[in-house]
Amino acid sequence: MEIIGFIIDNLHIIGARTIEHISIVFLAVGIAIATAVPIGIAITQSKSTADTILYLASMMITVPSIALFGLMIPLLSPIGHGIGYVPAVVAVILYSQLPIIRNTYTAITNVDPALREAAKGMGMSTWQRLRQVEIPLAIPVIMAGVRTAVVMNIGVTAIAAYIGAGGLGTFISRGISQSDPRQLVTGALAVSLLAIAADLFLALVQRLLTSRGIQGEVTP
Amino acid sequence: MIRLENLTKHYGPAHDPLIAVDNVSLDLPTGEICVLLGPSGCGKTTTMKMINRLIQPTGGKVFINGKDTSTVDPIELRRSIGYVIQQIGLFPNKTIEENICVVPDLLGWDRRKSRDRAKELLELVGLQPDLFLKRYPKELSGGQQQRVGVLRALAADPPVMLMDEPFGAIDPINREVIQEEFLKMQREIRKTIIFVSHDLDEAVKMADKIAIFRSGKLEQYAAPDDLLARPANSFIEDFLGSDRALKRLRLVSVGDAMETDFITVLETDSVEHARARIRSSRSAAAFVLDAEGAPRSVLSEQVAEACSGTVGDHAEPVKSTVPITGDLRQAVSVMFAHDMPLLPCIDEAGRLAGVMSYRSIVHHLGHGGKA
Ligand SMILES: Nc1ncnc2c1ncn2[C@@H]1O[C@H](COP(=O)(O)OP(=O)(O)OP(=O)(O)O)[C@@H](O)[C@H]1O
Ligand SMILES: [Mg+2]
Repeated sequence: MEIIGFIIDNLHIIGARTIEHISIVFLAVGIAIATAVPIGIAITQSKSTADTILYLASMMITVPSIALFGLMIPLLSPIGHGIGYVPAVVAVILYSQLPIIRNTYTAITNVDPALREAAKGMGMSTWQRLRQVEIPLAIPVIMAGVRTAVVMNIGVTAIAAYIGAGGLGTFISRGISQSDPRQLVTGALAVSLLAIAADLFLALVQRLLTSRGIQGEVTP
Repeated sequence: MIRLENLTKHYGPAHDPLIAVDNVSLDLPTGEICVLLGPSGCGKTTTMKMINRLIQPTGGKVFINGKDTSTVDPIELRRSIGYVIQQIGLFPNKTIEENICVVPDLLGWDRRKSRDRAKELLELVGLQPDLFLKRYPKELSGGQQQRVGVLRALAADPPVMLMDEPFGAIDPINREVIQEEFLKMQREIRKTIIFVSHDLDEAVKMADKIAIFRSGKLEQYAAPDDLLARPANSFIEDFLGSDRALKRLRLVSVGDAMETDFITVLETDSVEHARARIRSSRSAAAFVLDAEGAPRSVLSEQVAEACSGTVGDHAEPVKSTVPITGDLRQAVSVMFAHDMPLLPCIDEAGRLAGVMSYRSIVHHLGHGGKA
């Protein structure tokens, strides 16, 4: 009861924190899509490059977020952003690489070779083939990667409150330091709900981006 | 016209290559279908893909209408050649309309023109445009998809088509239907077609020329009837099978093999009169026609020899006939089914035009074909 009262009293702050949180995750994942999708496509050209890149991206994801934030303080301090918004965005970009690169790579390599051959044999250039056939067919799997990245990084961003990035993690960190269960629970609840809402929203985007001709098919 | 000149493809290391296609040369006149035929792995697909440069030849040249294709940009070349693959390969993310319009769109056709073309093509194979244009491939049956695959290759009206086992993915019954449909279309559009198959029956049916391959070598290149009548070597003989004479039946039209010196009599004629006419001819029966000239009944030699009275009393009704546009296989089948040693052959108007007997069939096949 106490908690519900707290939430109602602090709705506008929760709203502001939520927007901060979303802005970090969506900006970072947006940038990550712009880098990871082209990388995922490019590495389909060479198995060994693909293995190396995927290995590096997996290593990246094993670094605990708190350690990553710590590492970035000396790295980003020279440009005046050792803590705060920028390192949070950078961390999310890095963590998003693996799910998006891996899914893009898998989806493109899984395109039926017969379709690739038909496209080539009918006179499509490599670029036309990508744009008209391979990417549209890969969209559901790429989007699944984006959803994984977003959900995972909503959690990562909560930790970023410790480096002053703001967001819903602020409630959690204060809840811990002030031994205030109301803030702690509010933060945890809001982060979970945001993750669920973002995933549902992206599922809708995925549907809109997927051709009706391949909808309803199983995606890994 | 397509000309292959010493076309060769090696795979693997230069000192010990796997020779997939070995010095193949052939000429295919404009408007004809050449079927590449042979056992698995003999180089049919490789040969075909060297024509649209999906595979780069190790040696030799391909000419299309006199032009060396190695001097043409491969992407442009492919857009000018219709391509049908065995797995159909319709793009599942595109509607039927978009699939058919792929090459026209690549060529930058006016949108209106390409969409009209898609409609026209669907109508050509009896798929209602209103129903199908906006559907996706998964919403079509296998046979319908296969048809669309062929239409897609035809969309930009290329003079040359490459078809790799285009009807391989469908059941035998549908396959026959699509083959017929395609041949009918081909009689109008007259494309120059390279067609890969490993089905002899299909090859015999579709081909103007058959090219038989073995381990990358072109063993024989001939018209189907020639090939079946005169296989060049024992490998081809084995490949064609011991029933190759039967396969020829399908290649000969009833009109070409029937005997036209049949005898007709009237119902009111006496059996003696009919007997005398039969004896004085090479025929084994006399036919009675109705007012329109259609065969109504038949008086066989045996009956004529044994009976007396009028023809009307003894002639037996004609059990079946075969159209002169049919083929010998059809004729033989009717003859067996109805135990008719003499089968009346009728023209479009239903009039008796000739008679088919076992003798005329054997005679025709014995003489090595249409010539
Ligand atoms: N990329 C490749 N690398 C090495 N060898 C190949 C390659 N492609 C084909 N071959 C070999 O070349 C030969 C001819 O292959 P091809 O695909 O032309 O056969 P095909 O006559 O089409 O057979 P099928 O009826 O089974 O389709 C085969 O022995 C095959 O193993
Ligand atoms: Mg093949």
